Amino acid sequence: MIDKRFIGHVMPAFSAEVEKGRLRFFAKATGQTDPVYADEAAARAAGFPSLPVPPTFLFCLEMEAPDPAAIRNLLGMDYRTLLHGEQGFTYHRMAFAGDTLTFEQRIDDIYDKKGGALEFVVLKTRVTNQRGEDVAELRAVTVIRNKVESA
Amino acid sequence: MTTTPTFDSVQIGDAIPSFETPPLSRLTLALYCGASGDHNPIHVDIDFVKKAGMPDVIAHGMLSMAWLARVLTNWVPQTALRAYSVRFAAMTQVGERITCAGKVVEKFERAGERCVRLELSTTNADGQVKLTGDAVVALR
Repeated sequence: MIDKRFIGHVMPAFSAEVEKGRLRFFAKATGQTDPVYADEAAARAAGFPSLPVPPTFLFCLEMEAPDPAAIRNLLGMDYRTLLHGEQGFTYHRMAFAGDTLTFEQRIDDIYDKKGGALEFVVLKTRVTNQRGEDVAELRAVTVIRNKVESA
Repeated sequence: MTTTPTFDSVQIGDAIPSFETPPLSRLTLALYCGASGDHNPIHVDIDFVKKAGMPDVIAHGMLSMAWLARVLTNWVPQTALRAYSVRFAAMTQVGERITCAGKVVEKFERAGERCVRLELSTTNADGQVKLTGDAVVALR
C-alpha cells in the first residue's frame, strides 16, 4: 500500500518552454485543422500574440519534468499496474508559444477502494507563466491495480 | 469558425456539433507519441506489447481527450474555456472510429460570468463509451 504520509508532498518545481514547432506537430497529431493552432498569422488575427497552447497540451509539458518517474519512485508505484483514471484542467488564462511555464506538483490525496485492490493517487499541478500569472491547475488521478490475496 | 453561441441562445439539452474521427491508425498513434512526449511503448510498439502478453497496442487516453477538446474549441474560442475534465472508462483500439460529442446540461452564473456546463463523451461505432467528461464554458 502507498504510504499516506505523502499526502501534501510537494515536488520540486520545474519549467518548460512552449515551442511553436511542437504546437504545430501536436495540432497535426490530434487532427486539429483550425488554423489558429498552426498558422501564426491566423493566431494573430484571432488576437493572440502567437500560437496558443491547446487545452490538453499542458499535460504534455508537465511530462517534461526533469525526472518523469520521480513521483512513481517516491511512492514506490510499479508502472505496470498503473492506469490513468481521470484528468482535469481548470483554466485561468491562455498560454502561447514563447512562454516559459512553471509546474508545481503536489500530491493532493491517496486513498484505496475494494480492500486495497485499487489505490488512487491524486496529483494537482499549478501552472504559472514567466510573469508569475496563474495559467491553469491540472488534476490527475492515477489508479493502481493491486493483486489482493482473497481471505 | 461559425458564430459563437450566446448564453441566451443556448438551452439545457442542446447538443453541440459533434464529429467522428477516421479509423484510428498506427500512424496517428506514432505521431501522437512524438508530439505529446508520451513515449510509453504500450501505445506504439507491437513487439513490446506482444511480449507483455497483450494482443495489440492501445491508444493514448490523452489523444482522445485532445479530440474531445476539439468539440469544445470548434464551438467556442478557447478563451471561453474555464474547466475541462474526463474519466477514462475504456481503452480505444486501432481501427476504431470515435464519435466525440457534447451537450449542455446546466446554465449558471459564477464569479460574474455566465457559464454553461457541458457533458462530453467519446464512443466507438458500437456505442461503447470510452471517455466521459465535462466542461465549463463562459458565454456572453
